[in-house]
Amino acid sequence: MAIDNDKIIDDVTQSEYKYGFYTDVETEMIPKGLNEETVRRISKLKNEPEWMLEFRLDAYKKFKAMKCPNWAHLKIPEIDFNEIIFYAAPKTKPTLDSLDEVDPALLETFNKLGIPLEEQKIFAGVAVDAVMDSVSVKTTFKTALAEKGIIFSSFSEAVQHHPDLVKKYLGTVVPSHDNYFAALNSAVFSDGSFVYIPKGVRCPMELSTYFRINAANTGQFERTLIVADDDSYVSYLEGCTAPMRDENQLHAAIVEIITENRAEVKYSTVQNWYPGDKEGKGGIFNFVTKRGICRGESSKISWTQVETGSAITWKYPSCVLMGDNSVGEFYSVAVTNNHQQADTGSKMIHLGKNTKSLIISKGISAGKSQNSYRGLVKVIKRAENTRNFSQCDSLLLGDKCGAHTFPYIDIQNDSSVVEHEATTSKIGEDQLFYCNQRGMDTETAVGLIVNGYAREVLNKLPMEFAVEAQKLLQVSLEGSVG
Amino acid sequence: MLQIKNLHASIDGKDILKGINLTVNAGEVHAIMGPNGSGKSTLSAVLAGNEAFKVTEGEVHYFGKDLLEMSAENRSREGIFLSFQYPIEIPGVSMVNFMKTAVNEHRKYKGLDPIAASDFLKLMRDKKELVGIDSQLTNRSVNEGFSGGEKKKNEIFQMAMLEPILAILDETDSGLDIDALRVVANGVNKLKTKDNAAIVITHYQRLLDYIVPDFVHVLSQGKIIKTGGKELALELEEKGYDWLK
Repeated sequence: MAIDNDKIIDDVTQSEYKYGFYTDVETEMIPKGLNEETVRRISKLKNEPEWMLEFRLDAYKKFKAMKCPNWAHLKIPEIDFNEIIFYAAPKTKPTLDSLDEVDPALLETFNKLGIPLEEQKIFAGVAVDAVMDSVSVKTTFKTALAEKGIIFSSFSEAVQHHPDLVKKYLGTVVPSHDNYFAALNSAVFSDGSFVYIPKGVRCPMELSTYFRINAANTGQFERTLIVADDDSYVSYLEGCTAPMRDENQLHAAIVEIITENRAEVKYSTVQNWYPGDKEGKGGIFNFVTKRGICRGESSKISWTQVETGSAITWKYPSCVLMGDNSVGEFYSVAVTNNHQQADTGSKMIHLGKNTKSLIISKGISAGKSQNSYRGLVKVIKRAENTRNFSQCDSLLLGDKCGAHTFPYIDIQNDSSVVEHEATTSKIGEDQLFYCNQRGMDTETAVGLIVNGYAREVLNKLPMEFAVEAQKLLQVSLEGSVG
Repeated sequence: MLQIKNLHASIDGKDILKGINLTVNAGEVHAIMGPNGSGKSTLSAVLAGNEAFKVTEGEVHYFGKDLLEMSAENRSREGIFLSFQYPIEIPGVSMVNFMKTAVNEHRKYKGLDPIAASDFLKLMRDKKELVGIDSQLTNRSVNEGFSGGEKKKNEIFQMAMLEPILAILDETDSGLDIDALRVVANGVNKLKTKDNAAIVITHYQRLLDYIVPDFVHVLSQGKIIKTGGKELALELEEKGYDWLK
């Protein structure tokens, strides 16, 4: 057909990254490089109890014995850990109970990112934990939440104030030896968020963590731990951005979720780390281990992710369905453009009877990018009458990108039903012409069509996030199709 | 408003249009009839700016401007509307969102602000009523799962929303039962004013019982071989196309 696909693709893939600025704040850093001393130093800086240091050192030992995984459909350049700064913190006072104590430059940074930290200015009903580089800068609405018995704090604070809870749950979902990057995180993690929802409590507002990498040559290693006790509910959001730099930066995080009897956790991510430039220079390497365990019966964990950023994404938010009748869900939109690479998907491990899982994955590839779905559905013998439905769709923009699907299915009984559907399609020129004929330019048309394609997933996001995510999809593909 | 002079067009190297001449003035309805493969749909696609077709010769002026130089979206914004013979499905995109985007693109082109949500909903309601389209259709994704008749009604609804100056209806009657045909024709007639015009492309005469043309042109092998008044359509119905050859 006569439409110049290359031009179209060039047009849509060449947009600017909006969050690429750098904030000039005084930053406290430790020397670069990774060794046992690095681990001890981080622990000491955080004034941690002995058991926490033990946990880290044990993880570091395991990490040293492991190798970077090479099974993903990714080209991962060798990472030189001796060139990375493992701890960088904007210099602030140690406790931040009032906003007056937060450095105005930091407030301004988060304002610019659309995350105002003044409670009265925040979207009604969203509490935020703002993390810059290695530390939490501010957690909002802490007092209001505490009245209901909800704990929402930075991870470091939780270690100080709720050591029993942290000790009880830390590493129970993602053990430190789980994988290479999990071991690394367990050794050097610097901050993150901690959430505990007590029995019978429905969290009255959305909780969210906003991660920002600012300093150069640093890595970000945060951990999130969410515990939902019996009959409780919480919806949790995560967002992230980083400055534009020519060097790659490493982000290796862990998220652990535990739901007890009849509890429900909804976890949504809009991942917008700097993806690198058009030539594939720079960008974040995003190696993340996210896993939840439905420990209690009839409990539920639902992951929703919109992945548009990062040079490399390696991420498989998973559910271990241990309690009978528990439910796991995974909704994903992953966009790759230019030279981005993504290998993402989910694992649903059915251990309990009558457990159900659902996987909806929508991949969108443009430019010269590679986008893979990788998923595992496992049903053990005793997990009778389980159900899984997986749908993996890929949309290609142009003919220089790749879409791949790697489903793994392992079923050990006869009473379970597992279904997998997959489609691959291209945006049709007839669709584009139809939109053009109604007065839309091609870029607008692509945005509209892509958002329609991803709608099933976007609908799962909380309102404010859904609007943001829609815009983000459009911007991510700008200059990639016409 | 529209002057077509000696228009030649091809697809994949195959010549389809071989010298079309046609003038359309405000207030007129032109019917273009002809056997399958005569180039009717190609003519509509070329006028709407479908780049799959290549114009090899000739010129087209629209209000004095060179139409062939304009992008498809600008032709739409300048008031040219094509009702598709086979309307396209866009899964997941609601009719509301689709129409709102289209209306706002048209407004932007005219230097107007985006339409307010309440005004837009009222506009949708009014036009739905005017066209007589089932209001459930507009709550669904664009053409997804629509029946043939619903798709055609939806085209007329979109036409009502965008208020074109020159509407091109490409075989809008094909696949319609008589009730749907009436709905579509009524819609077209209600939208008719002395300032706009329509080109109605059809294979059969029956649509012209409802939309009465000022001129009937017979297209055969890429050329207009006969032009007449509305009675020409009746003659064609009776005698077929062969007597013209």
